[in-house]
Amino acid sequence: MTEQYLNLKQNFISKNAWQDKYRDIMLLGKQLPKLPNELKIDNAKVHGCESNVWLYIDFDESEERLVVSADSDTRIVKGLIFIICSMVNGLTIDEFKRINIQSEFESLGLIQHLSPSRGNGILAIAQKISDFAIQNS
Amino acid sequence: MLDNHEIRSQFPFFSHSDFIYLDNGATTQKPQCVIDALCHFYNFNNANVHRGVSQLASNTTQMYEQVRSKLATHCAVKPDQIVWTKGATEAINLVVSSIDKHIEPNDIIVVSALEHHANLVPWQELCKRTGAELRVLPINQQGVLNITASLNMISSLKPKLVAVTHASNALGNILPIEQLIDAAKNVNAITLVDGAQAMQHLKPNLDTLNSDFYVLSAHKMFGPTGVGALIAKPHSLALLDTYQTGGEMIEQVSFSSSQYRQGNARFEAGTPNIAGVIGFGAALDFLNSEAMNLQRSYEESLYQYTIEQLKKIDGVTLYGDLENNIGTVSFNYKDEHHLDVATLLDQSGIVVRSGNHCTQPLMNLLGVAGTIRVSLSCYNSYEDIDKFIFALKQAIELLD
Repeated sequence: MTEQYLNLKQNFISKNAWQDKYRDIMLLGKQLPKLPNELKIDNAKVHGCESNVWLYIDFDESEERLVVSADSDTRIVKGLIFIICSMVNGLTIDEFKRINIQSEFESLGLIQHLSPSRGNGILAIAQKISDFAIQNS
Repeated sequence: MLDNHEIRSQFPFFSHSDFIYLDNGATTQKPQCVIDALCHFYNFNNANVHRGVSQLASNTTQMYEQVRSKLATHCAVKPDQIVWTKGATEAINLVVSSIDKHIEPNDIIVVSALEHHANLVPWQELCKRTGAELRVLPINQQGVLNITASLNMISSLKPKLVAVTHASNALGNILPIEQLIDAAKNVNAITLVDGAQAMQHLKPNLDTLNSDFYVLSAHKMFGPTGVGALIAKPHSLALLDTYQTGGEMIEQVSFSSSQYRQGNARFEAGTPNIAGVIGFGAALDFLNSEAMNLQRSYEESLYQYTIEQLKKIDGVTLYGDLENNIGTVSFNYKDEHHLDVATLLDQSGIVVRSGNHCTQPLMNLLGVAGTIRVSLSCYNSYEDIDKFIFALKQAIELLD
């Protein structure tokens, strides 16, 4: 896992109050690189979300490391996307298979965002990255 | 200030839960009497209805049919005007799937811009099948039905059918259905009113309301899920073709053909939701209990209080008719996404709804992706509202 994610996780676990966690999530959302408007197309939309979420999954130039880029029109979802990106970007498929997004969200105290009743698309993003990994392994 | 302690104490949910439940437009909590009626039925009375000579079956049938009479009294109709369904959505679909023979190509079907998808999408399907055209009664920028334009539209378009909601699920507006139905009847339109939201708060007199059909869902009026009703004028059920076939709805069956029963029985194929209907009976008793006499005025003052508190917060935009309202507040904060606000409210245990509320076309007209919806019920307290406002201010602090 990237150093960026490990730092983020350490910082997150140290915060007990939900207010502090969500302030951080929204600050992380601000750091998420924006997708250019021409990439915010229906084909890239994650379905079943209450907010708009656009998602691209690919390999980098080395053709073996994951690059996930995504954007949303809500601040909290952007922050959660930032967390997922920092968790998986730069990993090879084998490295990705050794991590468990579910248990990472559990330890971050954000597991509720992966519940199917949430329409925020985080669960769908996690599933799509896993599907991509399966198709490309 | 009216006190609702006696009502609230009948709902066990509130003694077991710290959630501030403000999502009553989605479903209401259930009073103890409803929960008891369900348990009592399965403990002591479980038998199928309308069949068997046993005393057990006959007692259960009597209990079940008594609820039909209770609902009939509640709405000022006769029991045989009531068809049990699994909810308001099914009741609308029952009418839509059985009315084709009355709709011709280029006929006009009218709905309002405030309809829930359940009272819109089925009519779109009917239009697709029959070649009829769907037209929409207009609202203003605030989301209030333009009544003059609507009445003019109905009298000039002469629609074959008018389907409108009694109260908006997204905004809480109470629609002037008497005027709309009268206008529709002046041009001989078939009419349907969606009472899913209104029935919890209002007690419509369906004898004086001149609508062919009125639909409701029990779970939005303190009853169990999976029960609803289609209430029809005595002559209106005859307009409909048979919906589902099977047991219960037949008079005589041979291998070559079958004869169906008349009236409401023709629409009740198969074993019904017996437990649900019996539970609904207890909900109707609760709605008509003495403690609920002041329900409407209590809800209205709680609604006004909620509006006042929200108006004090800079940046809050309220939608809908703030005068004629069942007690549902739809709002946004500045240009913050409703999902962000609702996610933060959820962290404080405030249960609200956010999104398009199954009214995407309405949200488009209002120019928003969605709203945050607070829908009140008789058991909500002033303290609930204070906690909600406190949580909202905390959310705003994080967002600003």
